Amino acid sequence: MTAPDLPAALAPDARLPAEPWNDPKATPLIKIRNVIKRFDGFVAVDDVWLDIYKGEFFSLLGPSGCGKTTLLRLLAGFEQPTSGTIEIDGVDMADVPPHRRPVNMMFQSYALFPHMTVEQNVGFGLKQEHVPRREISRRVGEMLELVQLADLGRRRPHQLSGGQKQRVALARALIKRPKLLLLDEPLGALDRRLREQTQFELVNIQETLGLTFIIVTHDQDEAMTVSTRIAIMDRGRTVQVGTPGEIYEYPNSLYVAGFVGDVNVFEGRVVEAGKDHVTVRSPESGCDIYTDRGIDAVPGQEAYAAIRPEKIEIGKAPPADARFNCVTGRVFDIAYLGSLSTYHVRLATGEVVKVSAANRSRLVERPITWEDQVWLWWPPSASVVLLS
Amino acid sequence: MKAGFTPATVLALTCGFAFLYLPILLLVAFSFNESRLVTVWGGFSLKWYGEMLRNRQLMDAAWVTVRIGLVSASLALVLGTLAGVTLARFTRFPGRTVFSGLVFAPLVMPEVITGLSLLLLFVSLDWARGFWTVAVAHTTFASAYVAVIVQSRLLTFDIILEEAAMDLGASPLKTFFVITLPVIAPALVSGWLLAFTLSLDDLVVASFTTGPGATTLPMRIYSQVRLGVTPEINAVSTVLIGFVTLGVITATLIQKRRFADGQKRKA
Repeated sequence: MTAPDLPAALAPDARLPAEPWNDPKATPLIKIRNVIKRFDGFVAVDDVWLDIYKGEFFSLLGPSGCGKTTLLRLLAGFEQPTSGTIEIDGVDMADVPPHRRPVNMMFQSYALFPHMTVEQNVGFGLKQEHVPRREISRRVGEMLELVQLADLGRRRPHQLSGGQKQRVALARALIKRPKLLLLDEPLGALDRRLREQTQFELVNIQETLGLTFIIVTHDQDEAMTVSTRIAIMDRGRTVQVGTPGEIYEYPNSLYVAGFVGDVNVFEGRVVEAGKDHVTVRSPESGCDIYTDRGIDAVPGQEAYAAIRPEKIEIGKAPPADARFNCVTGRVFDIAYLGSLSTYHVRLATGEVVKVSAANRSRLVERPITWEDQVWLWWPPSASVVLLS
Repeated sequence: MKAGFTPATVLALTCGFAFLYLPILLLVAFSFNESRLVTVWGGFSLKWYGEMLRNRQLMDAAWVTVRIGLVSASLALVLGTLAGVTLARFTRFPGRTVFSGLVFAPLVMPEVITGLSLLLLFVSLDWARGFWTVAVAHTTFASAYVAVIVQSRLLTFDIILEEAAMDLGASPLKTFFVITLPVIAPALVSGWLLAFTLSLDDLVVASFTTGPGATTLPMRIYSQVRLGVTPEINAVSTVLIGFVTLGVITATLIQKRRFADGQKRKA
């Protein structure tokens, strides 16, 4: 599904450099510095430091209660930080009330005004700026076109479906073309199919209008799909910030590895660590795990080797080189997911390893089945070694 | 769920309603009585309604009552709304419990006490008693009712709506007028109607605080009845009952419909 052709007034800004966060000369649009927010002794946001650049689709991802919504409300101005500063486009937001910030928000509950029509809701922001009525109705028309609600302008919120309300809320937040759009669980109330479709539309709209989005979500798939970068949050802190690929491939802690996607973790001790490799001996796996990515650790130190299920090969015969990164066990469970199968393999040590493999052949020809003795192996690039 | 009507429950219901409304029905019926004798039916007639309209004293009292009702209901609406907003929105400030107690006390205060204390106040302030003292007195207890209605409405009002308006550039004051007030308007209308109705049928407080030239309709009726009940009084009482019923029914309907009246406002 693609966004409809845009009217000239909504033409995109000049293309942005692909990865401004890697460019030392780039100035961030939003600078969050040492921000702490306390409520009655409870720390909701704990010393957050973030740079977010123009044109980004930035996700705050974490379980409920991790402080992500509070951080969003700090940006919108509904809450004041206990300490620390927030700068938007070079302006310190400390004394700027919500109605003067160049920021608009799309609320989780949509917060449509019940006593106004769809058109009045969408035009509300422009009306506050005393834009001439004629221009308001033109821009409202364009915006409703963009979110594909052109013929529902006269309806009231209670006459709309959940998906339609979501679009009205988005149109209302977008119409002032804010420097920054905040989205609080924008797709949370939609069913799965509609949510997936809307994720792509959101990205399309964001790219076409050239705006900066910050989205709060607890849905890792959603964050992976839409984001340029993700900040993983836990108990008020940002644990890791990176692109979806970085977060998934190189998590910096067990928390992140477990939060995004499935992962097998072997606990062990570092045997040897160099600039470009680490070897971990794990009694749980019964083999040495060799990783071709260096880590700052000393031999003997406790460490965890994390391996994604889809990076493990499975076979009924041992691989040619079984000195390391190779374990054996019995299949005790198979989850058939259509395109994929996930094998649960119990090792001799009792440890269970998950392996997922694409079902290239038909189910009836499945070569590996319950109680089969199997070997699992993976290349040195498949694992990451974590110290916490 | 089906309402299970049995002979016993029907009887209980009939007796209950009869006990409550038979006297009023009798009064309404006898207001259409041809005969001058209140207790003897002499045929249907509207003549006492004509008499009522020709009775200057009665009409003056009715006019005073309506004006007091309008003034006190409007003042009570403003004060009660402010109190209701304060109680609903500011959940913690020093003296909140005392404030809330003071706001709601007039609801349970015996009318005689309210009337007497107001009279003492007006006397000590040396205010000339009349139209305005009654209006002020009615405002005091009616604003408590408005405050209750506004507060309970605001407790179910989603504060996110105000945040959304401010986020889109409306100042807090503007937000209150273009978002909060329209959304809670039904509660305000029903609060006003209730205040008006309370003022309309008040006898006790008005008797304490009135002065020359400001006799309200209930007071006029009461003093005339002491000289004997005339069908004319029945007629004026019937009209009064009509107004009060209308006010209460409208207030209830508005409260129930809330903002579901959506469709027809913008054509």
